[in-house]
Amino acid sequence: MKQQFKRVMTILAVMVCSAGAKAQEKDLLDLVDDGKTPNTMVTNAFKSIRIINGHSMEFLAPGTMDFRILHRFGQMNQGTKNLFGLDQASMRLGLDFGVTKKLQLGIGRSTFKKELDGYIKYAPLRQSTGDHAFPVTIALIGGATINTLPFADPTRTNYFSSRVAYYVQTIIGRKLSDRISLQLTPTMVHHNLVPLANQPNDVYAVGFGGRIKASQRVAFTWDYFYNINGLEKGVNYNPLSVGVDIETGGHVFQLHFSNAAGMNERAFITETTNTWEKVDLRFGFNLSRIFQLKKAKSS
Amino acid sequence: MKQVLILIALFGCFTAAEAQNRFFTKTGKISFDATTSKSPENIDGINKNSTCVLDAQTGDIQFSVLMKGFEFDRALMMEHFNENYVESDKFPKTTFKGNIVNNSAINYTKDGSYPAKVKGKLSMHGETKEIETAGTITIKNGKVMVSATFPALLSDYKVGIPQLVADKVAKTAKITVDCTLDPLTK
Repeated sequence: MKQQFKRVMTILAVMVCSAGAKAQEKDLLDLVDDGKTPNTMVTNAFKSIRIINGHSMEFLAPGTMDFRILHRFGQMNQGTKNLFGLDQASMRLGLDFGVTKKLQLGIGRSTFKKELDGYIKYAPLRQSTGDHAFPVTIALIGGATINTLPFADPTRTNYFSSRVAYYVQTIIGRKLSDRISLQLTPTMVHHNLVPLANQPNDVYAVGFGGRIKASQRVAFTWDYFYNINGLEKGVNYNPLSVGVDIETGGHVFQLHFSNAAGMNERAFITETTNTWEKVDLRFGFNLSRIFQLKKAKSS
Repeated sequence: MKQVLILIALFGCFTAAEAQNRFFTKTGKISFDATTSKSPENIDGINKNSTCVLDAQTGDIQFSVLMKGFEFDRALMMEHFNENYVESDKFPKTTFKGNIVNNSAINYTKDGSYPAKVKGKLSMHGETKEIETAGTITIKNGKVMVSATFPALLSDYKVGIPQLVADKVAKTAKITVDCTLDPLTK
């Protein structure tokens, strides 16, 4: 009995000792670490909800409104006569709303063709990191534009539907690193009415956009759409815009050069009549100001 | 037989003591305030999912906070905080690992409020600094409430403030800790 007790005591002593030693070595935080990494949504792939002209994979935070003022000046190759295009300007005013982390909608009006536009943007999947990470953001966009100019020929029977065009878009985008984000944007634009019989009602295009961050607050961006059909030689061209995003506190300034004059999907994809070849470019800027409509913090 | 009983009793005591040795929470509140008189709005955020573990026997206390878990009144401020100031993608966690210097003066089994002096290392934004602060430990119904307020000089942690907003963001953030710890049974 005595010997047995001694043995038990020894075992116990060893156990206690080792447990004590373990506790000292161990990080206290490790004790409550469940080893799980919660899924975190990857955000700030782009500084703004538009790369330059096209939608970006980024969404507005819920409860915020983005007031956007877009300016496109005239063609730079017009020389001093028009102060390199600065004498002329075309603009779009827009309001965009973040509804949820995956839902956003917006409206706008452009000088060009006095066109109204609106869209709904929804992301079934967003890029995330963690135990159930997803590599890309997939966003679906449906939009419409309404031309409000007087009808070209008031003598014939005109229908309201003739003013309307639609576009549908899928964004597949990935923030590759802190600095580099890329996205692919297959798009279809449908015109209810086209001016000429040889022009297709449905135009298919693929967008390719991206950004490279130069510093914490400055990024280089580009935005290109390749028209698969509907391009007529010498009449319309693929829109390419290159620019710089500058973030200054509450504003994001996007300064860029582009051959596109239009500022909604229908206009810049199917109606870009200038070309990079002849420096037939325009200087332009987008100004974005975010307003908080609903307090984000629940205190 | 008597000896075996003593042994069992001893063993029981030991495990019981160990069970109450440690306290923890995963829903602690840690907030910061970097508002100055020239700030156009309050610059503050709160993290309601902070982890804190306290070893009552040794006085060791540790905190861990996910930077992306800070909530703000304005979504844009949250974005700027994560993107431009603390760089949450690069440095996702802030930790504090320290010790209650006057731990022996705190009776964890008796309800009451005890002043605590804490010393340790705060690691944030890739920088680690030794800090020392006074706080309060309150024991109530077996729970431990930890509270403290201390300043953190942002330049100590290489958190840069652009020239443009230099007078609108405080150089020193006031950090407030408010955690209620439950006994850790493990």
